[in-house]
Amino acid sequence: MNAVSGHNHEIGGAHAAERIAEIHISDLHAYYGESHALHGIDLTVYQGELVTLLGRNGAGRTTTLRSIVGLIGKRTGSIRLKGEEIIARPPHAIAHLGVGYCPEERGIFASLSVEENLLLPPVVAGGGMTVEELYEMFPNLAERRRSPGTRLSGGEQQMLAMARILRTGANILLLDEITEGLAPVIVDKLADVLGVLKTRGYTIVLVEQNFRFAAPLADRHFIMDHGHIAETVEAGELETKAHVFEEYLSV
Amino acid sequence: MLTDLLGFPPQVLFGQLLLGLINGAFYAVLSLGLAVIFGLLNIVNFAHGALYMLGAFAAWALAHFLGLNYWVALFAAPVLVGGFGMLLERFLLRRLAGVDHLYGLLLTFGLALVIEGVFIKLFGASGQPYPTPKALTGGINLGFMFLPWYRGWVVVASLIACGVTWYIFEMTKIGAYLRAGTENPKLLQAFGVNVPLLTTLAYGYGVGLAAFAGVLAAPITQVSPLMGSNLIIVVFAVVVIGGMGSIMGAVVTGLAMGLIEGLTKVFWPEASATVIFFVMAVVLVLRPAGLFGRTA
Repeated sequence: MNAVSGHNHEIGGAHAAERIAEIHISDLHAYYGESHALHGIDLTVYQGELVTLLGRNGAGRTTTLRSIVGLIGKRTGSIRLKGEEIIARPPHAIAHLGVGYCPEERGIFASLSVEENLLLPPVVAGGGMTVEELYEMFPNLAERRRSPGTRLSGGEQQMLAMARILRTGANILLLDEITEGLAPVIVDKLADVLGVLKTRGYTIVLVEQNFRFAAPLADRHFIMDHGHIAETVEAGELETKAHVFEEYLSV
Repeated sequence: MLTDLLGFPPQVLFGQLLLGLINGAFYAVLSLGLAVIFGLLNIVNFAHGALYMLGAFAAWALAHFLGLNYWVALFAAPVLVGGFGMLLERFLLRRLAGVDHLYGLLLTFGLALVIEGVFIKLFGASGQPYPTPKALTGGINLGFMFLPWYRGWVVVASLIACGVTWYIFEMTKIGAYLRAGTENPKLLQAFGVNVPLLTTLAYGYGVGLAAFAGVLAAPITQVSPLMGSNLIIVVFAVVVIGGMGSIMGAVVTGLAMGLIEGLTKVFWPEASATVIFFVMAVVLVLRPAGLFGRTA
């Protein structure tokens, strides 16, 4: 896994100039009421890349994702998705550029069945997975399709939260702490799923605490601290830049 | 067999039960509209009674000025008043999103006063007569009581309106959006659903239900500017008993409270005006979220 992603990175690295920027953020500031949460983020994610946002709680990782999907009321600067400026667009218009968002709290709707949850997000682009494909990928969901969404275990809820954005045809996935609180066997399953998604060319931004989960999958790591991007680490630099992780991630 | 029930002639008992069922049908349709609106807007729509009155007046105006009959009004009035409701939502209520519920209450209460005031100025406080549609005049003697056709129709039409609303909410895609939007509108919007538009439509639908009830009431009560404010206080008590935001809860509680009111009129007439408020007080003590409400 490591070797494969390292290899991918080298190809991408050599042709960096030709790569297409799917997400291009510059000088992004975001505010919760009076509190200034992001202090000028600059961040580019290329098509087909899997990047992580790492950092301590409160560093601004979730806020960055929420800013991209339009859930932060007050934000300034520039966010371009597939070349289009979206800083002033309403959230529902942003989703239709092909963005799928998996929130940290998973956001499974209690008053909807598993299948209704799965079918809820509107299709935003062609090429999404069919319900059959998704039930094949997540067999537990097929068994429980009639259950209310919140009767599922934490792992099943996470799979549902992933599955429902894969149906929509979104090819930019923003995934917030998808392994949090899950059993190792489920975390392994999610790693397999992300591996498959990578080979299919999805562009993925992963907010993660579990570095051992993220490291083999990611092409690049953005380390956030106090509302800034403090460092960028390429997949091939994990050993030479180990001190960066020590500095920003150790508690 | 049916000559005496607990010492009351059956005509009295069933007559009051029928009246209770009719009142219950109005409570059900009106509280259903309130539940739909509360779900997405988080606003207790104090203008609901005035919009119910507008429905009745729309039916009267369609007949008086355009010569359109009851059956046309039954569809046209909810559409017209619902459209007016959507304008209210789009240009007034939407500005209150995210501020304290109290402002929504104040605005809708103020709107009710303005609308009712305008109609009192135009038409006076006394009512305009509205004829019962020809096809539904008369009635049938069921042996134990006389059932006027129109009263039976009101119950049937109300149940149809409730059934259609239930179907939309539970069985359709837009119903899934409405339920999801009630729970977490921001996430639903981040998925690409135009939640502001959905909210406008939900308000229009709730208002349309109120107007539909207004048209149903027109031949029974006369069309008067204050017809809504007399009814709406009881409807709010029904909503408190049933619990905000539950479709089935609104319907079941509405019908049940109408029947309880009717029964009370037979057994203890003096208490019939207060029995629903008594039930409300008991429910608030035992189940503060209402019989069908979910505690958040």
